[in-house]
Order: sequence, then structure tokens, then C-alpha cells
Amino acid sequence: MSSALDTVPATGSVRLPSVLSLGLARTGIEVRQFFRRRDSFIFTFAFPVMMLFIFGSVFSDDIAPGVSFTQYFAAGMVASGVVMSSFQSLAISIAIERDEGTLKRLRGTPMPPAAYFLGKIGLVLVTSVIQTAILLTIGALAFGLKLPTNPELWVRFTWVFVLGTAAGTVVGIAYSSLARSAQSAGAVVSPVVIVLQFISGVFFVFTDLPSWMQTIGSIFPLKWLAQGMRSVFLPDSFGASEAAHSWQLPQTALILTAWMIVGLVLCLRTFRWQRADAG
Amino acid sequence: MTTPATPLTTHTAPGPAPGGSGAGPAVRIRGLVKRYGDSFAVRDLNLDINAGEVFALLGPNGAGKTTTVEILEGYRRRDGGEVSVLAEDPGQAGRPWRARIGIVPQSSTESPELSIEETVRHFARYYPDPRDPDEVIAAVGLEEKRKARSRSLSGGQRRRLDVALGIIGRPRLLFLDEPTTGFDPQARRAFWELIARLRTDGTTILLTTHYLEEAEALADRVGVIAGGRLVAVDAPEQLGGRAAREVRVLWQDGEVQRERLTATPTKVVAELTTRFDGEIPGLQVLRPTLEDVYLSMIQNTEGSNR
Repeated sequence: MSSALDTVPATGSVRLPSVLSLGLARTGIEVRQFFRRRDSFIFTFAFPVMMLFIFGSVFSDDIAPGVSFTQYFAAGMVASGVVMSSFQSLAISIAIERDEGTLKRLRGTPMPPAAYFLGKIGLVLVTSVIQTAILLTIGALAFGLKLPTNPELWVRFTWVFVLGTAAGTVVGIAYSSLARSAQSAGAVVSPVVIVLQFISGVFFVFTDLPSWMQTIGSIFPLKWLAQGMRSVFLPDSFGASEAAHSWQLPQTALILTAWMIVGLVLCLRTFRWQRADAG
Repeated sequence: MTTPATPLTTHTAPGPAPGGSGAGPAVRIRGLVKRYGDSFAVRDLNLDINAGEVFALLGPNGAGKTTTVEILEGYRRRDGGEVSVLAEDPGQAGRPWRARIGIVPQSSTESPELSIEETVRHFARYYPDPRDPDEVIAAVGLEEKRKARSRSLSGGQRRRLDVALGIIGRPRLLFLDEPTTGFDPQARRAFWELIARLRTDGTTILLTTHYLEEAEALADRVGVIAGGRLVAVDAPEQLGGRAAREVRVLWQDGEVQRERLTATPTKVVAELTTRFDGEIPGLQVLRPTLEDVYLSMIQNTEGSNR
């Protein structure tokens, strides 16, 4: 039987747009939306700078010869910024998109799921690069942050930044499934980031924390991300003052990669296009 | 919404149009079952929707309407039975299949930060053979609002944007889930014209609605779903033996309202004409509306099925 509907082949002659081109289109639309939400983007970019200003004004002591707390804190804020623009912003925004039906609507089109994720990754890259650039510029101009001149340190900065962003992105996408509604998204996500900042050596010097807290903090990526950033922005000699008396760069790469893999597996296994109550 | 001169064509690729001779059903459902816990949302549902047909699915909230439609759309898994939509199992179908269906969901989800034009153009990129975004924006009557952000649109305008996104991919099968909720009467009429044009172009349409007059105006056939089962399928004017039902003749006899149920209303009116010697005071001849038939059907099922 030749029915009219069978004449369009299921695959083949109908050429679907490529995943990569749609990933770029998604990135474009995500970035455009982000910058049109003016209130949210101003806060996203201003928040780390505000924190740097407050902490820099309150704690002006040196924590080691030639290392001020402001410098220590600035490195931690760069790390926090990466976590906020990847993990926090994705976990919240995807939870909202899921609750409001945006994801369901996309699922009903031939848009490949990978294009959606590429769009989110593109958005995170754009926002975290801008956020970090603003923070480093203001930190250098107003708070005495010394930017490295050694290209080797910039290479190190790049891989720490990229691994941290990648881990934060996939874990954020996975974590978004925990929020059951758009209203609860902020409450489910933000405390995690704040607590991590306390136990990962951002708000306090890591070695000042009780050892049990250091142990817990060492499980999570922010501790490694912050330590990696300190290895870039603080004098090399400070490495001896770290918890392990070194910068632990190989461990940093390993643990951030492990989080990225765990996050990716969780994403693939748990990602939902609809609310939890939809059967 | 004005009717533009250019038709909304469904197919640019050569090939026989659906709805022509030999076209198989666009949707085929056999023994569909869906459970939530211990309760059945859908039990043993059978239905064929022909290619090129406008089919309206009616039923009270919680009757299994949305569950059935979402199984057809590929959103929900079924617990039993066979389902074929455009010759594929929606539970297994991939991107090429999604490129051939269009979905207008029950609630609007457009990004408030994007303009109508940006949204429609962006969605057009997902499809291998989309309609012209300008043509689609014109067809849903949003030409003057094309630069407006979705945030600033009224409920009815947002709904028309939903419809634009549903048809941008040149679907062969369009799902419309309560499309005109929140429309004013004028917008509803204009929407009906758009659906009629899509139908002329060969699009198969599955519509759910709570407006019985909408089903009557648009649908070739209507199906009534209650208690998870399809209790009736027929042309709107035939549903539930509507054509054969008795007609109510009402008139005013002095202060008293008189009424008679009859199979031969013309004869009754002729008698009355003689009795009143000309004009009959307050004469009304009422055939059962689709709504009357529908409501009696729903009541019957609720009594026996639950």
C-alpha cells in the first residue's frame, strides 16, 4: 500500500539542520535574552565586584608577606564567579524553563537536545568571560590585584577556568532537576553556592577553617577552582602556605575533570524536559 | 486577521498530497492504555484520524483528553496498545518525525524578551523545510506587532504567536490544544478562518476544545472522550443521533409558555398557525445543540462508568 504520508522518507532526503548550526543559533538566542534581562545581567556582573569591594574594605591585613587578603579574596571571587555564571545561573534558569513549559515546547520541535545544551554552554562561556574580565580589570585598577605577566600562568588560568566552567555547567544542568518549581529554584540553588563559598576558601582563608570543614570543602569543585586561581594570581611562594603545602595542580585537574564526568553522566540520566509531575 | 492573498502551502516537495486517494490514517490508535498508579487515565481507546481531516476531541477535564494527545505528541509513554502517528510510533520517533508535526500547547511559553519576529524566525531554523516567517506572521494577524516583545502582548496575541510557532515547520499534522482560550469573538472567527485555510492546504488537524461551537464550526468529525474511553465519534451534526432527535417547539399562549417535543416540527407549526390565525406569539423551534448532545453523553458515561 502506498499511502501519501509514506512518501516522505523518515530519514534521508529531508535534510535537518545540523546540530552545530542550531547550537550556534541557540547560543545567539540565549545571549540575546540574557542581555535583555537588564536587571539580572547588571547584578550578575556587578555582584563579584561588590563583594570584592566589601571584603577588600573590611579586611585589609596581609595574610602572608606580600599577600593581602584582598588578593586572596579576588582569586576566590574569580572562582566563585565561574561557579555562579555556570552552576548557579543554569540550575536556576533551566528549572524555570522546565516549570514554565519552555523545555517541553522545544522538545516538541525537531531541535536536537544537544543544540539546547550547546546553547547553554555558549551562554555560560560568554557571560563567565565577561564577568571575569570585569572582575580582573576592576580588581587590578582599584584593589591592587596583580595580574600575572608570565604567559605560562595565563595558560594555567585558561585550563582551570575552562575545566571549572565545564564542570559547573554540567553539574548545574543536572542540579536543575532538583527544583520542583520555578518559584523554588532560587531557594534550592543559591544556598549551595553560598555555603560552598564559606567552606572552599573564598570568604575565609582555607587553612583557617577547622580540618573537618576543609575535608568537606575538598570534595567540591569550588575549593579546587579557588586554589587553582590563587596559583595564578598569588606569588608562587604562597603555595607552601596552602593546606597541602603546594598548589596541587594535578589533583585540581583530576578532581574538576571527575566532577565534569559525574555531572555529564547525571545530566544524561536525569535530564527531564517536563515537570516532575508530568507522566 | 485578514486573509492574505498567498495560500499557506503545506508541501513544496513534489509528491502526492495527503488526503488524496490512497492516503492512510494520519493517526491510528488501538487499545491505548495509560495508568497513573492504580487509576486508568485512558483505557482501551481506539481511534483513526484520516489524513487531511480536522478532528475535534471533546471531553471534560480529567477524561483522558490531554493524556491521549500528549501520547500522540510523544510527550508521554503509554502503558499498552498500539499508536501510530504519521506512520511512526511517537514513543520512538526522532527528529524527522518531529519536523512533520506541529504542536500548539495549552499554555504559552514564549520568551518574554524576544520579539515576535525573532521568535518565529528562530523556530523556523529548527525545521528542514519551514514556511516563510513573514507569511506565517501575517497569517496569524501579527504583522503590526512583529517588532513587539512577547512580554508586551495580550493573551490572545500570545496565543496567535503559539499558533504561528505550531505551523512554521509546515506540519502535516497539527495538534491544537485549546487554541482559542482567551480569544475575543472576533479573534476566534479569524482563527477559524486560518484553520480552514490550513485544512484546504491538506494539513491534518487534531483539536481539543471546550467550545462546542468551535468543534462544530471546524471539525469534520468529533470524538467524545469520557472516563478514559472514546464514547462517540461522528460528524458534529450526526453525533449521538442528533439529527434524529426530537425538536422543541415553544410558543406563548397568553401568559403561559407552551412547549412540545416533536419529530415533526413543521406539522406542529402549521397547526399553531391555524390556531392563532397567522402570527404565533413567541415562536421558537429548537433543535438540540451539539452542547445538549455532548452534555447528555457525558452524564450518561459518568453514571455508568465511574
